[in-house]
Amino acid sequence: MKIPDARGPISGGLFRLLADGTGDVSAAQGALHRLIEGQLALTDDVIDDGDVQLALFCLYELHYGGLDGVDNRWEWNPGLITLRQMLEEPFELALRSAARSSAGSVQPAPAAGLDSDAVADLLFGLAGQDGGPGMSRHVAKKATLGQLREFLVHKSIYQLKEADPHTWAIPRLTGRAKAALVEIQADEYGGGRPDRMHSALFARTMRGLGLDDVYGGYVDAVPAVSLAAVNMMSLFGLNRRLRGAIAGHLAIYEMTSSRPNQLYGNGFRRLGFGADVTAYFDEHVEADAVHEQIAGRDLAGGLVEAEPGLLPDVLFGATAALAIDARLAAHIMGAWETGTSSLKPPVPAGV
Amino acid sequence: MNQKPQESSNDGAIVICPDGPILVRGEFEIVTPSGGAVPRTRKTVALCRCGASAIKPYCDGTHKLIGFRTEYPATPGTKEAT
Ligand code: FES
Repeated sequence: MKIPDARGPISGGLFRLLADGTGDVSAAQGALHRLIEGQLALTDDVIDDGDVQLALFCLYELHYGGLDGVDNRWEWNPGLITLRQMLEEPFELALRSAARSSAGSVQPAPAAGLDSDAVADLLFGLAGQDGGPGMSRHVAKKATLGQLREFLVHKSIYQLKEADPHTWAIPRLTGRAKAALVEIQADEYGGGRPDRMHSALFARTMRGLGLDDVYGGYVDAVPAVSLAAVNMMSLFGLNRRLRGAIAGHLAIYEMTSSRPNQLYGNGFRRLGFGADVTAYFDEHVEADAVHEQIAGRDLAGGLVEAEPGLLPDVLFGATAALAIDARLAAHIMGAWETGTSSLKPPVPAGV
Repeated sequence: MNQKPQESSNDGAIVICPDGPILVRGEFEIVTPSGGAVPRTRKTVALCRCGASAIKPYCDGTHKLIGFRTEYPATPGTKEAT
């Protein structure tokens, strides 16, 4: 991915460090370390902090496709991992508190002893309380062409690498949960057909609306919360201790997907787009009705049966996903209701 | 982290999902009454049993919106009917 524009001192400092692979790395890291400490003390909402979210996004990117012009060895540089953990810690705390407030009405689950059907039930119950398809209904009935394009730009941050963050969990699971995740992921990756990969279908949708489908091409255009939604998945996927959260995240993601995708597809059809553009959404209506069953019962439920102590993290992953999704939807709808763009205004050069 | 693998036959397995579709995995064909193939793009499918799906024979999740409720599958001894 092309290195995006810095959004503040942390991302700026990070990009300078990454570009200068030959300099005095420990000194630079020491300085960045102190800078991050200072900046975090000034930040009251990490989820909404563009500088923190962009820095995290790029640190995670070193584990995915990498950053253009950056030495691949940075991926496991101990100093850089330390910096990532400094950002991850407050981010995880913020997600836990967002999850707690969004799950306010959920009855506390018993700490142990739930079978897989009961776990699936619990998750379907959570998904059912989801605020409703406000944004998807708007997309279906009213969104303008410009809004549909904005919608795709927000989604592109994740959808062009759709499924990748959950794949990290595969070697961390065993037995039934592992088989379930592999089954879902195989489908996400097109069942052996690259053109059916969900990321490839999404790229086709973008091209159909005249958007650039290069991975990360719109990172500069999206607000912090859009990056936070993807960083949350990387945090859950890349930390083995959070394997319950990534399972819960995938389950709730699948459980809240079929209906909205049907409505999204209708929105694009309403404006005259054909099957090449709507295939992505149509595919998700059918696929996610399968995946939600497997993810709820076999992945999340199977994991909790095997490791009952992970139930709270499964629920954390699920409720955090709902909370961040609701924030992103509120941001987008808030902008659209006042007739403005939900994307970030271009940054003046030299930040 | 001990897990009993679920027993499954080589030919396929049908999962009766509570309050939801019928999941079918394995080797099989879906055909119309006259024998024509029903288009299928994935290995494991969810077949609608609530009757409300817009993409029948497949499930599209609508069962959740209509509050579809099933009795528990008749597998004696696995679970009491709710
Ligand atoms: S069983 Fe899912 S829509 Fe009918």
